[in-house]
Amino acid sequence: MPVLTYIESSNGKIKKNGFELASYSCELAKLLNTDVIALAINVEDVNELSNYGVKKIIKVNNESLNKFSASSFADIISKVANHTNSNHLVLSSSLDSKYLAPLLAAEINAAYVNNVIGLPTNLEPFTVKRTAFTNKAFSDSSVSSEKIIIGLSNNSFGLVENSVDSEIEELSIDIKNSDLTVDSSEKVSGQISIADADIVVSAGRGMKGPENWNLIEDLANTLGAATACSKPVSDMGWRPHSEHVGQTGKPVATNLYIAIGISGAIQHLAGINSSKIKVVINNDPEAPFFKAADYGVVGDAFDVVPRLNEKLKEFKAQNS
Amino acid sequence: MKILVCISHVPDTTSKINFTDGDTKFDTQGVQFVINPNDEFGLTRAMWLKEKQGASIDVINVGNSSSESTLRKALAIGADKAIRINSEPLDGFFVAKQIAEYVKSNSYDLIIAGRESIDYNGAMVPGLVAGLLKMNYVTNCTKLEIDNGKAQIDREIDGGKETLSCSLPLIIGGQKGLVEESDLRIPNMRGIMQARQKPLEVIEAFDFSSNTNTIKFYKPEPKQAVKLVASDNLDELINLLHNEAKVL
Repeated sequence: MPVLTYIESSNGKIKKNGFELASYSCELAKLLNTDVIALAINVEDVNELSNYGVKKIIKVNNESLNKFSASSFADIISKVANHTNSNHLVLSSSLDSKYLAPLLAAEINAAYVNNVIGLPTNLEPFTVKRTAFTNKAFSDSSVSSEKIIIGLSNNSFGLVENSVDSEIEELSIDIKNSDLTVDSSEKVSGQISIADADIVVSAGRGMKGPENWNLIEDLANTLGAATACSKPVSDMGWRPHSEHVGQTGKPVATNLYIAIGISGAIQHLAGINSSKIKVVINNDPEAPFFKAADYGVVGDAFDVVPRLNEKLKEFKAQNS
Repeated sequence: MKILVCISHVPDTTSKINFTDGDTKFDTQGVQFVINPNDEFGLTRAMWLKEKQGASIDVINVGNSSSESTLRKALAIGADKAIRINSEPLDGFFVAKQIAEYVKSNSYDLIIAGRESIDYNGAMVPGLVAGLLKMNYVTNCTKLEIDNGKAQIDREIDGGKETLSCSLPLIIGGQKGLVEESDLRIPNMRGIMQARQKPLEVIEAFDFSSNTNTIKFYKPEPKQAVKLVASDNLDELINLLHNEAKVL
């Protein structure tokens, strides 16, 4: 009973988190003494998955799947899981995958455990470590049903390279009709989304007003980072809601999180706790964020950020 | 239009998280419980629909008697009737099965839940209910308009948003954007008085089991002290990020 993982794509290309899912699924399959099968929907070139130990790839291509539909995608994954006779399914923590996961769980009568941050610590019963209370705590959850859908937290496992020969199977599946339709879709072009970014540059009220965000955007451009903000900043309309990170906003699980002029309220820290390295720049040495950060600079953002940007540009020029 | 709003009874966002009973249970001592923020946006949105287009609003919670204060608050905000399914909310699957079973015999045009509860973050209850009842489902909703039995919904996607439409019945997972934080209703004295007269129906749980179990909770390891870098020595910060943290 192979492990099945659903690999997401964007414009026909595998999304970055797909390789982490493949790596995780292979290690999980080893523990379960089985193999891993990756499912790719509307992906042209799936060969890169063979760098991460995936020996079998199922391709489902259908023009009507160019727009994401949670119910159609859940339906396809359930049919493929039936076809491969899989009891363990691995999904990412993207918004799309979190959207379809419970529909899939209802369809195949599986338990869905999300926010999983590692391989099972026990197989009988199947037990995984997860984050809970919006990253303020962890839990060990055991699963009692035979079928299990694992939602792997972004950036929690990393990549395990393992080059293998992969077999590709193309499946044709009838697509379920739905009266729920996607009428339009807008993505902010040219910008990296918070979910996909390795680095996030985030700023708070310390920036004094939306007109000063060019400093934050310049720094983010230099680093190839996404921009984010604290709750008060989005509440005041300085920045869009989609940039709000924290307990009631977006979670951030990135490699490097740079917080500028953010004091570090408990709700904000909860949202960014899963990030690996946190840097705080704040003129108030008593700001609670310093207790949660790895590196800190006590200083005025309007002085520190432009100088840091210049120095990073030099660093990038030397190291590229 | 009949609307059902699913209400989670959760610790306030400022709560310190501690555990008890050998780290198997959340320690509720000294903790203020509130309507799950993601559900509260949905409840206010439901109130607007009620006021502008006419609707009845039921609120439902799966929980023990301690969640009644939260249901009363929802009634004080303006819901017409509350239902409490009397059981510990064992896990998201269990809660969804209970709500789905209730909905089967009490049909609704619109079911509003939060995208996730801020305690266990399961993010599955509305999706499971939709899956179990074969209803239209959209989560991460930031906008909802209902007109002539048709819904138009904005959904947050990674790096943007999309607009969807469908007929009712529909179940959504709401979040901020559905209404703004400043739009949230605070119960006034009249609402609180009226809430005392409104029905709060307690029904016994349906016979379902959970499919997960929390064996143990734990808190993050205490963090090492921050390394401070002088603001006139930013080269050192870059050096640390490059050579020590290896993130540049």
